[in-house]
Amino acid sequence: MTTPDNLKYTKSHEWVRQEADGTVTIGITFHAQEMLGDVVFIENPAVGRKLKQGEECGVIESVKAAADIYAPLSGEVLAANGELADAPEKVNQDSYAAWLFRVRPDDPAELAGLLDAAAYQKIADAEKQ
Amino acid sequence: MSDALKTTPLHAAHRALGAKMVDFAGWEMPLHYGSQIEEHHQIRRAVGMFDVSHMLAADIRGADVREFLRALLANDVAKLRQPGKALYSCMLDPEGRVIDDLIVYCLAGERFRVVVNAGTAVKDIAWIDAQRARRAPGVELEPRRDLAILAVQGPHAREKVWRALPQVRGASEPLVHFQAAEVGDTLVARTGYTGEDGFEIMLPAARATDLWNALRAQGVAPAGLGARDTLRLEAGMNLYGQDMDETVTPFESGLAWTVDLGTDRDFIGKAALIARPAARQLIGLMLVARGVMRAHQAVRCAGGGGETTSGGFSPTLNQSIALARVPSTLAAGDGVEVHVRDKWLRAKAVKPPFVRNGRILVGAGDFLGER
Repeated sequence: MTTPDNLKYTKSHEWVRQEADGTVTIGITFHAQEMLGDVVFIENPAVGRKLKQGEECGVIESVKAAADIYAPLSGEVLAANGELADAPEKVNQDSYAAWLFRVRPDDPAELAGLLDAAAYQKIADAEKQ
Repeated sequence: MSDALKTTPLHAAHRALGAKMVDFAGWEMPLHYGSQIEEHHQIRRAVGMFDVSHMLAADIRGADVREFLRALLANDVAKLRQPGKALYSCMLDPEGRVIDDLIVYCLAGERFRVVVNAGTAVKDIAWIDAQRARRAPGVELEPRRDLAILAVQGPHAREKVWRALPQVRGASEPLVHFQAAEVGDTLVARTGYTGEDGFEIMLPAARATDLWNALRAQGVAPAGLGARDTLRLEAGMNLYGQDMDETVTPFESGLAWTVDLGTDRDFIGKAALIARPAARQLIGLMLVARGVMRAHQAVRCAGGGGETTSGGFSPTLNQSIALARVPSTLAAGDGVEVHVRDKWLRAKAVKPPFVRNGRILVGAGDFLGER
């Protein structure tokens, strides 16, 4: 499954998972890691940082290129996945298990406004042409 | 992919393996077959193979060919005293700037073969032909698009080639680095672009797929241009169009060792090179901070500024490395700063190569402690 149905997505290729406690977990999509190639370095936003939806908040460097990570929604960064510092290749191995950071969202409406799997899949398919 | 892209005789084989194909200098070529980093490690540790048929071989022959090439190239083919020897050289314009870099092979019967870059092939052939017409009209020039070129590289490369192509074993077993042997219409050269042992094999295009499949059957993994780039960068080898081009001289490109000024031989660009001392040099950089240097990033250092010409992530060093053109006064061990994505990151100047024959040659151990 390259675009799981239970997640929300952004045009900039992040996925967002709503957790039971109201927080969200964020990563990059299968399509994004495929376009980047082998990931070699990830710079996540600092824990405690207040993000605004759409702002640049991190960097993913691959063998091929650097890509910005954009905040899918506004809120405070609660945690960053430290495992990726030593093993960034986990993003290539399973982009939906290798989460990047967790956020406490400010506004539930922002989450509702994100893309569903079908809408994101269309964007990803169009980019592959 | 555009229909206008050229393809090599192995194109169908790459597609069948699910290669990610990219436009490289007008050729549709494999970037990787899954993981570029795995392909890189495979070659450093064992063996892998590249289709480099986009590069152009051209045969140059005739009674005056040796004297012609001595004038055409900045390195001196007089060093190739017998058939089977090869030489790396720049081809310069009259201002001493680099038209291309190439390998020239001395073959039997007053024949030489040059292998030039894909992106410069048309320009190179036009230049060589114009010089030939003027200086040595009796010399013949024959581009060999009928040939495919496979590079089999890594510590196990020769053994695998001998198993896949047993008929070349006898002729190629005695070869040392930068020697080649012709076996019928196949040329086997102990050369490469990875810093590892191996062979580059030129053979008729019609037989390329058979050899590719025979090598695969021996466990030789295919590798794409992505791994080729990181391997050559670790090996401190220049990439034409990136680390040098028609705006710089070999002296500004870490290639002084390829310019032979040892005799009174004249060659194209010689007078200009002697008249113009280099104020800049090409040097290696290792990033101290985390991040990845890329080509064309600004460098700040004692004596002024410079620019990275190639940069990336070194899988062997697990660290970002680069080549950079900087003032000649900068020395190995000096600290510099590189402008990576709006930040000035600390890096250290080192003398390339970074890695050769599977061994790290720069002081990574001490150095990582500075992070």
